[in-house]
Amino acid sequence: MNSLTLVRRIAARPSIVFDALTTPEGIACWWGPDGGPVLLAETDLRVGGRFRVRFRMLDGSEHESSGEYREVARPKRLAMSWRWLGGDDSGESLVEIDLRAIAEGTELTFTHSRLHDEETRRSHEEGWNGALDKLERHFLASSNGDRHDQA
Amino acid sequence: MVNYNRQLDRTFAALVDPTRRAILARLEREDGASVSALAKPFAIKLPAVMKHLDVLDDAGLITRSKLGRTVTVRLSPEPMREAMDWLRRYERFWSARLDRLAAYAEGKEAEARKRGR
Repeated sequence: MNSLTLVRRIAARPSIVFDALTTPEGIACWWGPDGGPVLLAETDLRVGGRFRVRFRMLDGSEHESSGEYREVARPKRLAMSWRWLGGDDSGESLVEIDLRAIAEGTELTFTHSRLHDEETRRSHEEGWNGALDKLERHFLASSNGDRHDQA
Repeated sequence: MVNYNRQLDRTFAALVDPTRRAILARLEREDGASVSALAKPFAIKLPAVMKHLDVLDDAGLITRSKLGRTVTVRLSPEPMREAMDWLRRYERFWSARLDRLAAYAEGKEAEARKRGR
């Protein structure tokens, strides 16, 4: 219930998708919102290594997320802890990405879970409020160009 | 304006439990069921079901009304709708990114093929 799963079929082999997900060069190309730049992307791709991504929204606000790689199995699976950086500690959640080779390329299964851990509940509350307010403003501002999908 | 607030906390906390989710699913099919009818499919005793109903009631997900000796339970959809809205916004955040990731990786794949790999 407090997790989110999205599935995408991508016309590229799993190793290419994996590298797009994990290299600073790749992240810089897709991470930011449409029209907003990625300001910083760092990855230390090994179990226990950290990543950090900073991007600017269309409204000019900047956001940073970071975490630690928990599983690194190129080109099949990637798991990392996830945290928004801000004035408040926003609590930690978990991102898992599985890549399965299919005839057309790759089936990507993305899961963001523990969005609401009882332990981190209070800290989440503070952090998400701000982050989501900004996100909502962003979505409202860009809702015309928004792509809707059935995933 | 849907914020991440205490109401969402209560909603998600209530939805964590599988028995409570099963109760809500049942009410979705059969709104206005009696407590004893709700308790029937579960292996747990009536007082345990009552406790789950208390949690759902506190979260504002159901309302209970008493008529004679029968307590009727109804769904109260608003908190659920707010929780779904919150998740949906999060989903849009990732959805847009995965679209861009796909486009980028597909470009890289085309390049790799052109190079004959």
